[in-house]
Amino acid sequence: MKFLVCISKAPDTTSKIDFTDNATKFNEAGIQYIINPYDEWYALVRALELKESSGGEVTIITVGPQADEPVMRKALAIGADKAVRINAEATDSGFVANQIADYAAKENFDIVLCGKETINYNSSQVPAMIAAHLDYPLISLATKLDINGSTATLQRDGAGGEETVEVQTPFVLSAAKGMAEQRIPNMKGIMAARTKPLEVIEPTGSDVHTQVVSYEMPSGKAECKYLEPDQMDQLVELLHTEAKVI
Amino acid sequence: MKALVFADSKDGSIVKSSFEAISYASKFASEVTVVTYAGVSDDQLSALGAYGAQKVIKASSLSDNDSQALTSLVCSVAQSEGSEAVVFSQDFTGKAVAGRVAVKLNAGLVSGAIDYPDTSSGFTVKKMAFSGKAFAHVKITSPIKVVSVLPNALGAENKGGSASVTEFSGQIEGSKVKITQSAQASSGGAAPLPEAELVVSAGRGLKGPENWGIVEDLANALGATTACSRPVADIGWRPHHEHVGQTGVAIRPNLYIAAGISGAIQHLAGVNGSKVIVVINTDPEAPFFKAADYGIVGDAFDVLPKLTEAVKKFKAS
Ligand SMILES: Cc1cc2nc3c(=O)[nH]c(=O)nc-3n(C[C@H](O)[C@H](O)[C@H](O)COP(=O)(O)OP(=O)(O)OC[C@H]3O[C@@H](n4cnc5c(N)ncnc54)[C@H](O)[C@@H]3O)c2cc1C
Ligand SMILES: Nc1ncnc2c1ncn2[C@@H]1O[C@H](COP(=O)(O)O)[C@@H](O)[C@H]1O
Repeated sequence: MKFLVCISKAPDTTSKIDFTDNATKFNEAGIQYIINPYDEWYALVRALELKESSGGEVTIITVGPQADEPVMRKALAIGADKAVRINAEATDSGFVANQIADYAAKENFDIVLCGKETINYNSSQVPAMIAAHLDYPLISLATKLDINGSTATLQRDGAGGEETVEVQTPFVLSAAKGMAEQRIPNMKGIMAARTKPLEVIEPTGSDVHTQVVSYEMPSGKAECKYLEPDQMDQLVELLHTEAKVI
Repeated sequence: MKALVFADSKDGSIVKSSFEAISYASKFASEVTVVTYAGVSDDQLSALGAYGAQKVIKASSLSDNDSQALTSLVCSVAQSEGSEAVVFSQDFTGKAVAGRVAVKLNAGLVSGAIDYPDTSSGFTVKKMAFSGKAFAHVKITSPIKVVSVLPNALGAENKGGSASVTEFSGQIEGSKVKITQSAQASSGGAAPLPEAELVVSAGRGLKGPENWGIVEDLANALGATTACSRPVADIGWRPHHEHVGQTGVAIRPNLYIAAGISGAIQHLAGVNGSKVIVVINTDPEAPFFKAADYGIVGDAFDVLPKLTEAVKKFKAS
């Protein structure tokens, strides 16, 4: 089975966020990048587990500049077989999805795995867009994946709770918590990653339909009002009359 | 501008986040059409007029929420209606369908909108970025705009009125996904977390799963949904779907009560959109107090039952 795992980078979760150029550019100074947690902990690790139990190959793909390669090497260190980088800034979800779909269409992957969202834009846009380009079914917010021949059984989160579904390959999924456990790369993996293939491909032309005009920081919170454990009646009163939330 | 809104339903009723999406569209569009699938009575559909819909188109033959089937339905209606904007709620279905529709309509998409579009120069939508640590203003430059609205961000305005209801007459692509076991309710009677208005959450300070009764009592008294911090879900004290934060569910309730949670940056990232935050913690230095509106320095085992009693007294009065 051929797996394609879509890997994006994200600022380390403890990063302080700020902007430059009149709030139009994200300030990357001092930012450490990690693999977007959903892509790493769930999508990548589950693909590796399935490869280990039933055979196959795991390719990772990133749309991004050369500066993203350390993050891609980490995915190789965790166990992916090879990496593909589409050499372009990932500024628009539609563009990213188009690039990934173009590559996937040529290589006939059985399962394309994404994370449920990137933690920088929390968009949840790319997986559905890849599926649309390829005309594949999409299992969104999948929490479990098993395969048996060309039939996959998945669990997914939905409005009513968790649902079990069956689908034939090829398909696209977005991975949510539950699908696998985080894996820490070991020394052997890190050494091996250095010599694994990382192919760089130039983007194919495609339209960009969105553009970030500016960023904004949330306005600071008002001071916290403190109450004593014995003042819970007052708290309820404040929540009702002042905060108006109950 | 003509807008099309996709409305979702659950157990025979249109969901609350769809009311919000319709209301949202009616703020900037002169004409609002709603498209939905089987399972909801015509009376309920007609009542969507109260939120600003003029017309409702229902596809009675379509009963499941597969993304391919829904995309073909929404795109077909968007084309026949000449829609210039398509609006979803950024809920479970919206996440699976909005991107797909955007590709098929060759349109730009902004997901998770938290304000009405600014149409003073083009069409710019505000959304959260960096897990709620900042906001981004994103301009859609394509002729057709697709927007999905963050649940519970803007509310729904009921102005009264009714909409016409007609049956969809085109073709719908078949679903390739077979549902073998349908939804197992996960949040009891309370609203699912992403839509919840009131949330009671607890962390490692509660010491063990056997102590969650006092959390549930408060949630029941308020009619709130329960949530938890990540370590609590990781060690299996609580189900994983209750985990909120940067790597769990991001929520935006009106009221978030956090007991025994330190307020790590990754936790805050998923909850700092809450309108009002109440923090209960034994440690006056807990970082969560910096993000709180109301704080109680105290033991959750003492404070939670007292708060529950106070809520019950308030409800009874
Ligand atoms: C990449 C990454 C992603 C992460 N994502 C998330 C996420 O999405 N969500 C998330 O929650 N965490 C996340 N974390 C973990 C996060 O950093 C914290 O470790 C976690 O939020 C701490 O959980 P806690 O507050 O329940 O536990 P603790 O940090 O152990 O805090 C317990 C708190 O309870 C208080 N306390 C103790 N006893 C009592 C009592 N009797 N009454 C009242 N208060 C009491 C203590 O003073 C303390 O403040 C992430 C971490 C990483 C590295
Ligand atoms: N630049 C990128 N390169 C590769 N995959 C990406 C990129 N951006 C997003 N993805 C994938 O799409 C998922 C959802 O991203 P988003 O729609 O941006 O929230 C991520 O978890 C990744 O799996």
